[in-house]
Amino acid sequence: MGAQLAAVIGTGQTNHTAKRQDVSMAGLCREAIDRAMADAGTDWSDIDAVVLGKAPDLFEGVMMPELFLADALGATGKPLLRVHTAGSVGGSTGNVAASLVQSGVHRRVLAVAFEKQSESNAMWALSIMPPFHMPVGAGAGGYFAPHVRSYIRRSGAPNHIGAIVAAKDRRNGALNPYAHLKQPDITVESVQASPMLWDPIRYDETCPSSDGAAAVVIADEQTAKGRPAAWIHATAMRTEPTTFAGRDQVSPQAGKDAAAALWKQAGIKDPVSEVDVAEIYVPFSWFEPMWLENLGFTEEGQGWKFTEAGETAIGGRLPVNPSGGVLSSNPIGASGLLRYAEAAMQVLGRAGEHQVDGARVAVGHAYGGGSQYFSLWVVGSERPGAR
Amino acid sequence: MSEVAVVGFAQAPNVRRTPGTTNGVEMLVPVFHRLFAETGLSKQDIGFWCSGSSDYLAGRAFSFIAAVDAIGAFPPIMESHVEMDAAWALYEAWVKIRTGEAETALVYGFGKSSAGELRRIMAMQMDPYLVTPLWPDSVGVAGLQARLGIEQGLWTEADMAEVAAASRRAALSNPDAQLSGETTAEELLKQPYLADPLRAHDCAPITDGAAAIILASGDKARELSERPAWITGFEHRVDTPMLGARDLTTSPSTIAAAKAAGVDGVQVAELHAPFTHQDILLRQALGLGEEVRVNPSGGVLAGHPMFAAGLIRIGAAAAEIRAGRADKALAHATSGPLLQQNLVCVLEGR
Amino acid sequence: MVTISSEPLSAPLNVGFDYTRSLGPVLGRFATGLRGHTIAGVRGSDGRVLVPPAEYDPVTAEKLTEFVDVGTEGVVQTWSWNAQPLDGQPLSHAFAWALVKLDGADTGLLHAVDAGSPDKMSTGMRVRVRWAAEPVGSIRDIECFEPLDAEPVERQPVVGDDVTMLTTPIHLRYDHTASPEESRYLRGLAEGKLLGQRCPACDKVYIPPRGSCPTDGVPTEDEVELPDHGVVTTFCVVNVPFLGQRIKPPYVAAYILLDGADIPFLHLVLGCDAAEVRMGMRVRAQWRPRDQWGTTLENIDHFEPSGEPDAPYESYAQHL
Ligand SMILES: [Zn+2]
Repeated sequence: MGAQLAAVIGTGQTNHTAKRQDVSMAGLCREAIDRAMADAGTDWSDIDAVVLGKAPDLFEGVMMPELFLADALGATGKPLLRVHTAGSVGGSTGNVAASLVQSGVHRRVLAVAFEKQSESNAMWALSIMPPFHMPVGAGAGGYFAPHVRSYIRRSGAPNHIGAIVAAKDRRNGALNPYAHLKQPDITVESVQASPMLWDPIRYDETCPSSDGAAAVVIADEQTAKGRPAAWIHATAMRTEPTTFAGRDQVSPQAGKDAAAALWKQAGIKDPVSEVDVAEIYVPFSWFEPMWLENLGFTEEGQGWKFTEAGETAIGGRLPVNPSGGVLSSNPIGASGLLRYAEAAMQVLGRAGEHQVDGARVAVGHAYGGGSQYFSLWVVGSERPGAR
Repeated sequence: MSEVAVVGFAQAPNVRRTPGTTNGVEMLVPVFHRLFAETGLSKQDIGFWCSGSSDYLAGRAFSFIAAVDAIGAFPPIMESHVEMDAAWALYEAWVKIRTGEAETALVYGFGKSSAGELRRIMAMQMDPYLVTPLWPDSVGVAGLQARLGIEQGLWTEADMAEVAAASRRAALSNPDAQLSGETTAEELLKQPYLADPLRAHDCAPITDGAAAIILASGDKARELSERPAWITGFEHRVDTPMLGARDLTTSPSTIAAAKAAGVDGVQVAELHAPFTHQDILLRQALGLGEEVRVNPSGGVLAGHPMFAAGLIRIGAAAAEIRAGRADKALAHATSGPLLQQNLVCVLEGR
Repeated sequence: MVTISSEPLSAPLNVGFDYTRSLGPVLGRFATGLRGHTIAGVRGSDGRVLVPPAEYDPVTAEKLTEFVDVGTEGVVQTWSWNAQPLDGQPLSHAFAWALVKLDGADTGLLHAVDAGSPDKMSTGMRVRVRWAAEPVGSIRDIECFEPLDAEPVERQPVVGDDVTMLTTPIHLRYDHTASPEESRYLRGLAEGKLLGQRCPACDKVYIPPRGSCPTDGVPTEDEVELPDHGVVTTFCVVNVPFLGQRIKPPYVAAYILLDGADIPFLHLVLGCDAAEVRMGMRVRAQWRPRDQWGTTLENIDHFEPSGEPDAPYESYAQHL
């Protein structure tokens, strides 16, 4: 018994932008899929099963869109699963696809995640208020801003930390040909001068609304050996309720538990020195220091110092989101799988201009709901145990 | 590779309308308590949780998140969710146990179909460019398939009525059933058409409900149950969404899944057939002979809680094994318009 | 104890949006054709002409590119009778759903047939397209099909730029139900009371009360009436307007922890400059006039500063 080895042998993503009006939902998915299949050098006949991840069906106005997309996903005649774990779904999609190989059920699995936000309006979909409630909600930004304020209060972080993250991620995005936002000239000062949307979160500290898709091909050991592969060293998922008495919304226990399980499975004792690059789900800039602490890269209350010292920039001790991250592209349901794919690209040495030199171990991270769903994976250029 | 078995199953009563919320908490809490009482387990003993439900059934984004409250999910749990019938959540959990990452799993599904206009909501599963703009309701679309089979001599309206009558008779022994009773095909055929060639009895009722299953691996399963229902085959496939481009009188995905799962010799089958003609279609596709008992629970014609109904088929088939009424059972679940996606789970007792 | 029923409350929940769908090359060509009264199919890998056209082959998953125009008449492959049409369906009077195989096509197109009564319908009958009065480039440019002996309706095609987008209104009605515990709390609000409940397992006081304590999985039980004052734990200032917003920005959305409660809820803070709102600020409820009360937390118009000294950080830090 025990998990079999699995590895990413190909990744693909779309050119993300606010409105991909040149394609249908099927065309959007296929742009990512075709790139992943070409990257992996696989054919449709090689694919045993397909896993599709996507955030709420209300975004596109289609109930279980994997059904109408079956032909476009190459799933017809095959097993097709549809994962939905809120914003973490892209990560969960990678984990479920990995488990299909790790369990020995399949040899090669295609994981796809997408969101075509331009079909509707996410602020609308996320703020539908059922009867009897106080209509105070204001989308994801309105939800997370009070918790960012709590983090600032608790950690004593200075106000410009969020701007440092935003400027870094957007400049990184300018190195990524697929990124939605490319802002090579953005500065901490210009971020701080941008309008305050959900005080304390400013416009430039907020993720865009994107159309996009991501795909990865995950294969078994026999397929992956002897070819470039990002070996999956560990996966983890944890969930806790949205609200409960005494819940820590700044550094949720589910995130801590997921990280602890991840490091243990990957055999990592000191994450900050053993991990070469991290793609972390940061839809609002302040979440970089918050997740650095939650994941155990720094001590509690120290994440902002790590960020402020430039350690999360490309060339720093732990480059975070060299792709530009969610702050540069946010096709919601795909964003987690993009983190996972970017982590794999780094250890495959295929990240192009945003490649971190010598990256051998990388983390992909996603979270969702009210910071209550966490998905993580560690990929490495070597087989697990070979480090 | 670890063996995995069903060791516990519970469901909420199938009813036309619950007073509860669309997040299923009121239905799930007692179901979980019954399961824990039955198996002697507590929430801390569950290695992996997985659920199936639909935002469109509930009418809002992230409706499944509130359902997590029913668990009491703190300390945090290892958990996942599929936007599918919970039969597929059970598949994900079965995979998880086979990786060795968990020894036990609790899988649940829930749906409050009465909250919205179900026939209209189901049109949202069709192609959003070419079909949904016409709002084809699920009953009208099923009628297209029923007539094809009638006109090709694969089944008759009388055969269909007999399926409905048999379902209601079988459901007399199912305390959770919504529809049950002594009736005959002859009586049912006197009723008017709902959507010619379908009458009301040909269509599964609108049902609110929830269900949960506990899976366990190897020795753990033997410890928890005197006669676990071992999963010896578990497969699912999907067909093209283009209704006009596939042979609607059969189910290629069911046939392929059954072939891969190995259904020879099953003594009992629980089929997820929301329309009477689909019950016949599935028996034909699966090659089930007269010797196979079909839907001893009454099947979904006796109660059809969306997103839990497929899981309930697996629970009901496992119950046949665990009670010693069968040594090999087949459970089937379906999803999508006109049996587009199908799952086959084979369970055995030893 | 207050004598308030806990029978669940329910109210309509309408979910509506006009989705804007980009079509891409294949669906765009089909839509443009329909507006001009032609019907495009596409040839699949098995040689069949698929109508409506598929973007990707159902057998090989390959992209399909060979368009084939088909006829506007065809044959009914199967049908069902829809005696009571639902909102949004092609016709408001009884009609047949049918799969229609158009001349030159190998697959059936799902649409409506306006036959008048079921005895006018039969498999194998020939039908023709009745075009819509105002074609826009949508499957609804086919108003429906009709038997060949129907009186033809004169309708004009539209020629113009290629169709690239499709607007799809989706409006669904739901009945939203509150849990028994929440219903009791809502009825309390209608009487100006804030009714929480204590969890029998963890002793925490929840407002609103819960059908299941999120950490224990059992319903909260013992009723606790809470005062209408407490502390702001944390907050944000919403400056951004958005679709469906019901409060005019800017406004302060704050987590209010009522004295005696173990969990905060979101509400508005007014009555001072937004810049003066701070974590730990003591606030009290400003209720709307009693004749406006209903079963909703909106009975409290907002919270405003009570003027008491701020609560120390330690007193609410575990509620962040
Ligand atoms: Zn409790």
